[in-house]
Parts: sequence; C-alpha cells; structure tokens
Amino acid sequence: MAMGAPLIGTSVLRKEDYRFLTGAGQYTDDISLPGQTYAVFVRSPHAHANIKSIKKDQALKKPGVLAVFTGEDLAAAKVGGLPCGWLITDVNGQPMKEPPHPCLAQGKARYVGDQVAVVIAESLHAARDGADAVQVDYEPLPSVVDTASAGKKGAPQLHENAPDNTCYVWAIGDKAAVDKAFAGAAHVTRLDLVNNRLIPNAIEPRAATGAYSRAEEAYTLYVSNQNPHVERLLMTAFVLGLPEHKVRVVAPDVGGGFGSKIYLYPEDVVVTWAAKQINRPVKWTADRSESFVSDAHGRDHVTIAELAMDKDGKFLAMRVHTTANIGAYLSTFAAAVPTILYATLLAGQYTTPLIYCEVTAVFSNTAPVDAYRGAGRPEATYVVERLVETAAREMKLDPAEIRRRNFIRSFPYQTPVALMYDTGDYDATLDGALKLADVAGYGKRKEDSIKRGKLRGLGYAAYIEACGIAPSAVAGSLGARAGLFEAGEVRVHPTGSVTVFTGSHSHGQGHETTFAQVVADRLGMAIENVDIVHGDTSKVLFGMGTYGSRSLAVGGTAIVMALDKIIAKGKKIAAHLLEASESDIEYDRGVFKVAGTDKQKMFGEVAFAAYVPHNYPHDKLEPGLNENAFYDPSNFTFPAGTYVCEVEVDPDTGKVTVDRFTAVDDFGKIVNPMIVEGQVHGGLTQGIGQALIEGCVYDKDSGQLLTGSFMDYSIPRADDVPSYKVDTRETPCTHNPLGVKGCGEAGAIGAPAALMNAITDALGVKDLPMPATPQTVWKALRAKKAA
Amino acid sequence: MHAFKYLRASSANDAAAAVAKNSEARYLAGGQSLVQAMKLRLSSPTDLIDLGAIKDLTGIKVDGSGVTIGAMTRHADVAGSADVKKAIPALAALAGMVGDRQVRNMGTLGGSLANSDPAADYPAAVLGLGATINTNKRKIAADDFFKGLFETALQPAELITSVTFPAAKRAAYVKFKNQASRFAIVGVFVADTGSGVRVAVTGAGPCAFRSKELEAALSKSFTVEAAAAVKVPDKGMNSDLHASAEYRAHLVTVMAKRAVQAALG
Repeated sequence: MAMGAPLIGTSVLRKEDYRFLTGAGQYTDDISLPGQTYAVFVRSPHAHANIKSIKKDQALKKPGVLAVFTGEDLAAAKVGGLPCGWLITDVNGQPMKEPPHPCLAQGKARYVGDQVAVVIAESLHAARDGADAVQVDYEPLPSVVDTASAGKKGAPQLHENAPDNTCYVWAIGDKAAVDKAFAGAAHVTRLDLVNNRLIPNAIEPRAATGAYSRAEEAYTLYVSNQNPHVERLLMTAFVLGLPEHKVRVVAPDVGGGFGSKIYLYPEDVVVTWAAKQINRPVKWTADRSESFVSDAHGRDHVTIAELAMDKDGKFLAMRVHTTANIGAYLSTFAAAVPTILYATLLAGQYTTPLIYCEVTAVFSNTAPVDAYRGAGRPEATYVVERLVETAAREMKLDPAEIRRRNFIRSFPYQTPVALMYDTGDYDATLDGALKLADVAGYGKRKEDSIKRGKLRGLGYAAYIEACGIAPSAVAGSLGARAGLFEAGEVRVHPTGSVTVFTGSHSHGQGHETTFAQVVADRLGMAIENVDIVHGDTSKVLFGMGTYGSRSLAVGGTAIVMALDKIIAKGKKIAAHLLEASESDIEYDRGVFKVAGTDKQKMFGEVAFAAYVPHNYPHDKLEPGLNENAFYDPSNFTFPAGTYVCEVEVDPDTGKVTVDRFTAVDDFGKIVNPMIVEGQVHGGLTQGIGQALIEGCVYDKDSGQLLTGSFMDYSIPRADDVPSYKVDTRETPCTHNPLGVKGCGEAGAIGAPAALMNAITDALGVKDLPMPATPQTVWKALRAKKAA
Repeated sequence: MHAFKYLRASSANDAAAAVAKNSEARYLAGGQSLVQAMKLRLSSPTDLIDLGAIKDLTGIKVDGSGVTIGAMTRHADVAGSADVKKAIPALAALAGMVGDRQVRNMGTLGGSLANSDPAADYPAAVLGLGATINTNKRKIAADDFFKGLFETALQPAELITSVTFPAAKRAAYVKFKNQASRFAIVGVFVADTGSGVRVAVTGAGPCAFRSKELEAALSKSFTVEAAAAVKVPDKGMNSDLHASAEYRAHLVTVMAKRAVQAALG
C-alpha cells in the first residue's frame, strides 16, 4: 500500500471528468422524482409597478394547471422574506436599511424579472400556458436603474424605509489624515471610473426541485447551489421557520456558479414550500432568458479615485468614493461585497500609508447585485491598478518602476484598511511577468503594428486578493451573520479505503481530484482509494461552501486536521497491535512503524483492527476509524501576482485584439498545477470579458434589460482571447498546514485593469469605459482626433 | 413554444396549398430563426409546413446565366460547393460566414431571404450580384425584393424555389460582426459585374440596401482609395446598443474598402 512519489504538486487528471465528458453528470434538472410537477414563474415586465390585482382564475382553468400562488398566499402562510447574510453599520453607527425581500412580490414589483406569481402544473408546457394566463394588473411607476442617479434626491423611491434609495453610507480609514496628506502631495492622480455591471451566465442555469414527504414530515430540496448547508440554514431559520433536521438540501453536480449560486433565491423557497402545499415534488429550471433577468448580477460601481504622491512617485495616500448599485433588493451577501471585500483591498501590493474609502450602496430597479468571481476585489484592483498606471504616465515613470518604489517587502504587513498580509514577494511576480511577457521586445512589436496601420499598447496590473475567508470572529465583528469556518470528515472503511466528506462544494473546481490528492498523500495511499463527497446536507456534517477561493485553504485544511486525527488514532491502535509505546510509532506513507525497528502495520491492517476489534485497546479507545474537524482560519490568505497585457487596436473599426497576455501568480503551494492553470485561464477569460466584451445595460427610461440574451450580451469565445502565458511563484501561506492560498478568482481580479491599462496606452487616452467595445474605442479615437 | 401541427410537404405545390389555406401556417425552411422565435413564444404558427423533403428545392446548377441555387440548399452546401467556388467565389465564402456550423448545416438560402433579417448575410449577395429570386409564381429582381424590416416582396404563401446569381468579374464580401450575436453590424458585398459596380450593405439598415455613393465612386475607379474617400450618409441607418448610425455609416466605408481589397485579390 505504501506509495512512492507524492501527488501534491502533480497534474493528476481530474477524477470527475469521465462523468462530465460522457454526459453522466447528475445536475439538478437531471433528477426526476416520481409524480413531479413543474413550476413557471410569472415575472414583472415592468421595472417598477404597483400590483393592483392578480387574477388566477384563467390560469387555473388551463389544462394541467394544479396551483397558482402569489405573494399574498406566501404572506398568509407566514413565509418570510429573504434575509441578508451581512449587516453593514453605516458612518453614523446605524444599521443598513434592510427592506423586505418577499419571495413573491407583495404589492409592488421592483425590477424587470421580479417574481410575481408561480404556476405549478403537470407539465412544463401546461405551466407556461398557465403563466401566460395569469392576469396581473400593473400600475407602472417611474423607475431608476442608473447607479449614479439612484441615490439622488427626487429619484423614484423603491422602498418605504430606504430614503434616497440608500442602503448605507459606509467608510473606512482616517479621512482627516488622508485629506491632509493630499493637501501636501507633490502630485495627485485622479480617475473617474465605472466598473461595469456583469451577468454571470453559468452554463447550467439555476434550478431547484422541492419535495415533501408526509411520511417523514421532511423536505428535500435539490438545487444548483454552491453551499447547501448555508442555503438550508437561511431557508429554514429565516424564511420557512422549519427545523433544520427536517430539511435536506442537495446540490448535486453544478455546472458553474461564479458566485451567482451562493445565494438563497426566492425560487428555491417557493418550490420547497409549494411541494408541501400540493404534496408533490415541484421542479423549476430557469431558462436562459430568465437567468439574464433574475440571477444576481455582479460589479456595478461608479467611483472617484485619487492617489497622492511625493515627487518621486512614492504613494502618500489614497481617497476613494464609490457608489455601488445593489439592485432592487439585498441579495444574500450583497452588503459585504462593496465594503468588506472591496475597500479592504485598496492597499494592493503597496505601502500606501493612508487610505480613506467611502461607499454608498443604492437600491435601483435592477436585478439584485451580489458577489461574482472576485467579488469586490476586482473592483478594488481596478481602482488601484488604473490609478497606479495612470500615475506612472503622469509622472513619466516606468509603470514597473513606480510599482517597485511602493511594494510592500516586509511581512507580516498591516495595511491601513484592516488586513494583515502574512506573506508575499511582489518583486518576484513582477520580475517574472516582465520576463515571460518579453517586455524588452515590446518596442519592436509596436513598430511592427504601426507599420501595419495598427495601434499597440502595453498594460500591467499587480493585484492582491484576500481569499480563504476567514476568521469567523473577525467576520462577525464586521457584520457577518454566519460563520466562515469549514468542516471535513474522513471515514476510513474497514478495508482501508477512504471516503472524505467536505463542506466545500465543487462546481467546476475539481475538488474530487485536488482534495483526493491531499488525502492520498497524507495517508500514503493510492488516489483510487479515496472518494470525495460533497453537496448533500444529509451526508456532509456541515459546510460553509465554496466562494472567495476558499475551498482548499479552508475546506482542505479541515480535511487535513481530520486526517491528523485519523493518524493519531491509528498510532494508538498500531501501538497496541505492535505492543509498543504510542510515542514510538511513526506513520510514513501508509505504514505504522515502531521507530528504529522493522515492526510495522499497514494502514489497512490498522483500519481493519478498528472495525474488527478482537485485539483492541477497548479500555482506552473506541472502535472505528472516523474523524471530523472544523477549521476556522486565523487569517485570510493573500494570493498576488502581476499581469502584463499587450493589445493591438484597429483604428478603422476600433476593434481591440488581445495579442499577448502574461500572468505570473503566487498562489502559495500548488496541489494540482493543471487545475490551477485552468482556473487562471478561466479567470483571465472572464476578466478579459469584463474589460472588452461584457456589459449589462438597462434602458435608462424604461428600465428594461437591453442585454437580455446572448444576442446582445456577449461572453468571451475562444477566439476572443490569446494563448495565455502563465507561470507561478511560491510564498507558502504561513497559517494553514498546506501553505495554500487559492487561485479561483485571480484572473478575473487582475485582468480588467491590465487590459484597460494596455488599451488606454494604445489609444493615448486617460480613461475609457469598460467594456472597450469597438464602438467605444472608435469614439474615443475620434474624440481624440477632434481635440 | 405553443403546440402546432407539423406537415412534411412532398412538393412545392402541396406546401404552397397548405400555407395558402391557413394564414397562421408558416413554411419551415431550416428553422434557424423561426424555431428560436417559437421557443420564446414570439411566433406561434398553428401549422409548420416543412420544406425539407422537397427534392426540387435543393441543388446547385451552373450555366451561362450564372449559378442557380435551390431555395432549400443549406449554407454549408453552398460554402462547400466546388461549382460555386469556381463560378462566384465570393458567394461561397459568404455562405461559409453565415452564423455558426450548426446554423450553416440547417439554415437555407430561401429561409434566409424570406425572413429578411436586417443583419443576414445572404441579402447582401443577392443585392450585390443582382440576383433573381425565383418563386412558385414569378421571378423577382433582387432590387425589388427587400422591402423593409423582416419584410419582402413575397405575397402570402408565395414560395421561393431558387435564386439565380449572375457571375461577376470580381466580387467580395466583408463583414464586421456584433461581438455578442456575431451577426453583421455591417456587411458589404462589392461586385464588379462587368457592366457596372454594385455595392450591397447588410446590417446597417432595416433591410439590405445598395449604396449609391459607393457604387458611383467604385464605378469610376475600382480601388481601395476610391472606396475610402466615400463618406456614406448615416440617415436611416440602424442605431442600437452596439453601434450608432454614425458608427455604422463609418463601418460601411471601412468594410467596402476591405471588400474592394479582397476583390482585387
């Protein structure tokens, strides 16, 4: 059983791929329950409207329609509204405004797509016919969708208890000290930035099937979700008032989430509740059009950002004012994203001693906005790295040089915005990126482009992110209403194979492989003998789920802690079997040995003895070999890196081609380089998508979603991105046993700034709104020519 | 999608008769636009008359008058046809640029023309080459065919049977794609027919149209410089999220330039 070469650090092929590539995955919509019915939601066609009446009778007459429910029905049944998982306290010490978020609209619809009623029928077709027949009498109201306008006096009001549509005004940092530093600065760089709203678009749309068993008085919810235990906790404790032990939530194979499937959505509650009402399973799967209007969107900031420097380009202070659009209602973690996950990252990789950031979160007649790949950190990186690059240009400094002059080099490092970086080496990733990107050869490539009538630009981004969130106590003091630990359980079977249960959830990340590598290495067994189980509250003891690049750093550590307990118990058993002292037993790659002797027991023998305890230390030990652990990290992890982007622009059409993109990241220790590289590629592509291609647009007058399908909302295709050059550097995380930091979001965090720095360099303009579509670039070039 | 009746017609006459007697019936000619609209319940015909089994409606013939392509010929077949590549290479190239692989393997010439999507590719070739649309009732000149947004000269139940494209001395089609849909924001088909220059534009207006300004300039001098010097008026051009009328007008000149360059080889 003892194995040779370690698996950690090797590109083990993904165990889950056979299932996915052969179509054998089981996604929520693949699961059919006996007697299941189908739900279709009636959604508001108006951005803002009073609902004067809803008539169900025509719908109920349609063949196959079983039930129609509205907000009134839910209210009568005492179904609560959706909670927000994070409480932000405003600048005056007051709690943020938390208007009710009903699962079906009550009296008012507040965005196009707001769910107004649900129709449940024998077939999907019948449910659609029923939905078409529900008569809703709307009284349209003026709407506001625009981030910059929503909080202004006189804007249409969404909620009674949120004057000026303001959820909160929050701030971090010493404003007076920052203002003073600006007053004495040799140079100030200012940018007015917009961080464009994005629509997540996981390949698998959201789906939920609720079932109720009268025999067991218990509910089961199958749902495409990133954290089934959190979903259950929020739904049972805050919305349905059900005991948790009577609700099972299963998030089976999930086809991508990017954050958008963290949240408890109204549809999840409605199908669960309705299953009991009609005593049959209720299935709902979003169609793509529905996903566009009803999935939580991402980003959407309007920012004024300023950086104060001395004459040598040394950063003295940063001042940032951001308005964040949080949509019509507070989604599960919406309040934390533009505050705790944003402003705390504004130090970036630099020693900027003073930072002040003020954030106004506004409601608008748009879909709720919440965490989307990177969640706050891409917005922060965009602010910092656009400012730094612009400052370099204004001060005629090389953009790499201005970064070097300001890098943090001494760790641990306490930033002025609450975070304590444990480790990093920013020179290493910058130097690596400059070399890999062949920045030295850029001049020649630029000449080449010019000869062909094209423009060429070069841009950098040196990002940092806080991942592996994080200490529950710290999060709690900052307003989190949930813990942020992770749980793991290692079940050793009598014959020595292992099933591991993790509270992390894999929806593309490859945990079934990565985690198995960790387990197989620690125990010294073949990876085939390890299975990873996740995504089912009835199997996994508990879990906080997967987001914020936390799975390996937090979930992986919980597993390692459980493995340590397994080995510790195994040593006790082995000591008994080998008639040796426990302190003399060593564990080495599948073998318990008495130190300095040839006496040994294989892992499998020890496991067998634990389950067939004929010869066993019953007076000291329980039989069995099964351990669990909860891990609450002492700090965030801080992945960082440098990205270098080179673009070519066709001045005739405005089309930007990403010619080269280089990423050198420090993710700490790497378990599976292939999976990490895949994560980087995916993240970069989403980041390039944000900068170049993707943009959610609501019509300012009507509030209609203009980018409501792939005809108008573009996501990157393979031919939109170059062949990436990626590499890594390694400073192991100092506070988790694997030394890992997380890699899932880096690409999406760093890429937009690098790209926009390159495009503005090519065009010779200070700023350009994202996405830099051909029309936007063409207009900028024309304006520059005219000026 | 609403429920509908499906009929697989065995002849053009049967198909036309079925549509003639029911104003809510529609021809199914590949279904790459219609079926999508039906799925979204934006279109709800009571009957679909599938033309896919009518052999007379498919095929490619080359003779002295040019290339005649059956209305139900798939884009992929036109793109891959050695005969079309030889007679009118720009037409084969255009067919190879329509949509994606799936669309090209299902979508048909007649379906595209009858739909008259403002951003469709085929209308540019039909107008640019001065083709003739042959229906079960008559022959319609390309210049008389496209009437407006999703609007053509076809009468109710009138069925396109084939299209005859005259060969050109030199021709080319270049398009600038919408990043999202990859339909043409602007597509320009330039043809030096031997008896004059025709320039057809798709994507920029409610339906495909000819650019008088570019035709005049290129008739005088079939050069990139001549095209570049033309400022196309933006009056009546489409304006949307992706491209203003002004930007589209600019792109017409740029695409025309590139099409001339390509036509000159």
